[in-house]
Amino acid sequence: MGFPIVTAQIDTGDTAWMLAATALVLMMTPALGLFYAGLVRSKNTLNTFMMSIAAIAVATVTWALIGYSLAFDGDGSIIGGLGNFAMQGVDFAPREGMTIPHLVFFAFQATFCIITTALVSGAVVERMRFGAFLVFAALWSVLVYAVLAHWAFGGGWLIAGGTLDFAGGVPVEMASGFSALAAALVVGARKDYGRQALLPHNAVYVLLGAGLLWFGWFGFNGGSGFSTGDASVLAFTNTLLTPACALVTWFALDLIRGRKVTAIGAATAIIVGCVLITPAGGFISPGWAIALGFLGALPCYAVIVWRPRTRVDETLDVLAAHGIAGFTGILFIGFVAQIGWNGVADGLLYGNAAQLGDQALAALAAPAYAFGMTFVLLKLIGLVMPLRASEHDEAVGMDVVQHGEEAYVTGEGAILVAPADGEVEVPVANPV
Amino acid sequence: MRLVVGIVRPEKANDVLEALYRAEVRGVSISRVQGHGGELERVETYRGTTVKMGLAEKVRFEIAVSDDFVQPTIDALCEGARTGEVGDGKIFVLPLERAVRIRTGETDSGAVTPVRA
Repeated sequence: MGFPIVTAQIDTGDTAWMLAATALVLMMTPALGLFYAGLVRSKNTLNTFMMSIAAIAVATVTWALIGYSLAFDGDGSIIGGLGNFAMQGVDFAPREGMTIPHLVFFAFQATFCIITTALVSGAVVERMRFGAFLVFAALWSVLVYAVLAHWAFGGGWLIAGGTLDFAGGVPVEMASGFSALAAALVVGARKDYGRQALLPHNAVYVLLGAGLLWFGWFGFNGGSGFSTGDASVLAFTNTLLTPACALVTWFALDLIRGRKVTAIGAATAIIVGCVLITPAGGFISPGWAIALGFLGALPCYAVIVWRPRTRVDETLDVLAAHGIAGFTGILFIGFVAQIGWNGVADGLLYGNAAQLGDQALAALAAPAYAFGMTFVLLKLIGLVMPLRASEHDEAVGMDVVQHGEEAYVTGEGAILVAPADGEVEVPVANPV
Repeated sequence: MRLVVGIVRPEKANDVLEALYRAEVRGVSISRVQGHGGELERVETYRGTTVKMGLAEKVRFEIAVSDDFVQPTIDALCEGARTGEVGDGKIFVLPLERAVRIRTGETDSGAVTPVRA
């Protein structure tokens, strides 16, 4: 093989941090599974968790095969090339201008594609068929994620036009949020939505999941400078500040609205705060990161309160927590970016109004593309296979119906089917 | 005075509560139970272990009512719990010897008649 053993430009410190950051971001996806599993009813715990695990499986394969190439090969304005198809040319040598091996960059970006695909599942839990979700995840990770990653990170028209997006306000947050809205509209509401109270079954999972997501987010934002340089350090510390301030704001809003500070509200605030700082992390001062936490929580809270009053069963509020927060974070950069902190560009408050225009363009284009493409994609998949489980299966619960397992099985009354019997058991269609 | 015991599918418990509410039956206790009533067993697999689940999750309603309310209670249970598939559950009606409302010491029919707020 012709790989160089070591390349002069590689920085060992940067590489060490990016290896760790990649593992941190991968952990976010099971953490998201836990967060989502706590928010659904107990009969759908495993199915909800499994959608996140499925994203790891499916999106890793599509990313290695074609997604990475379309996102990061070349600087075509709409889409990348096929130069890295099936990981061709992804080896130990760094990409141009980078100090880490290409392989590490590939893996780090793969974890972003994975979690974004998992995020969308929040819109369709408790009723979408698992098989249909697998097909959707495979196609979405290429047709939506890879395209938007190219626009914002890979040399596409947004980054080429000057839009600043540090860690994924465009391809991760707005993409998942507005795709979730489209998915909820196409798949439709749960059968009991709006008629019965459909409550979270384990708030401890929700809090633990949110805590692990925040932990992983230090790799997500802190790794998005691809080094241990200033931008990464700034983003890392801002990832502490903004979510903490979003929490404080959420406490205050909860107190005003219901006179009690809620636990699931707190978990939501952590996610909202992390999302707010995702696009802005390496571009704004710590002072503005604090302000972003306080101010940015307001529109997200408003949408979370408003959405359940509509007929749109966007079940786990991906639109509010990711779409609206990502939108807010992207625009905020346009106001308060400071060249003294980021070395790249100023925002409106520091005399560069054009930056706000670049940010606004991304804030319009990304939601429009994500919503439209997801809507069409799910409509097409729906022509080939049913997207949702039957009313009967939905009532019984997706864990037993889709996976033949239960999250909280007691074993009482379970009769061992001895392998020696040799009988082929077919799962019976009428369980509980 | 009768004790009406209804054993229903957990996913129909909310529909039963709604039906009871419409029938103005307001005093209800429920518990989660496991049981077997002749429905087909479901098969689950955990790693290499495949099992037939002989017991199914059910919700048991216990409703003490005066004689006039026995039939409306049974009707409400049937209306709320029926899907037409095997496994919809059973209703048992038992004679009730005594009932006491702890707060006031009222007995029998007085004790099972809901307080009008």
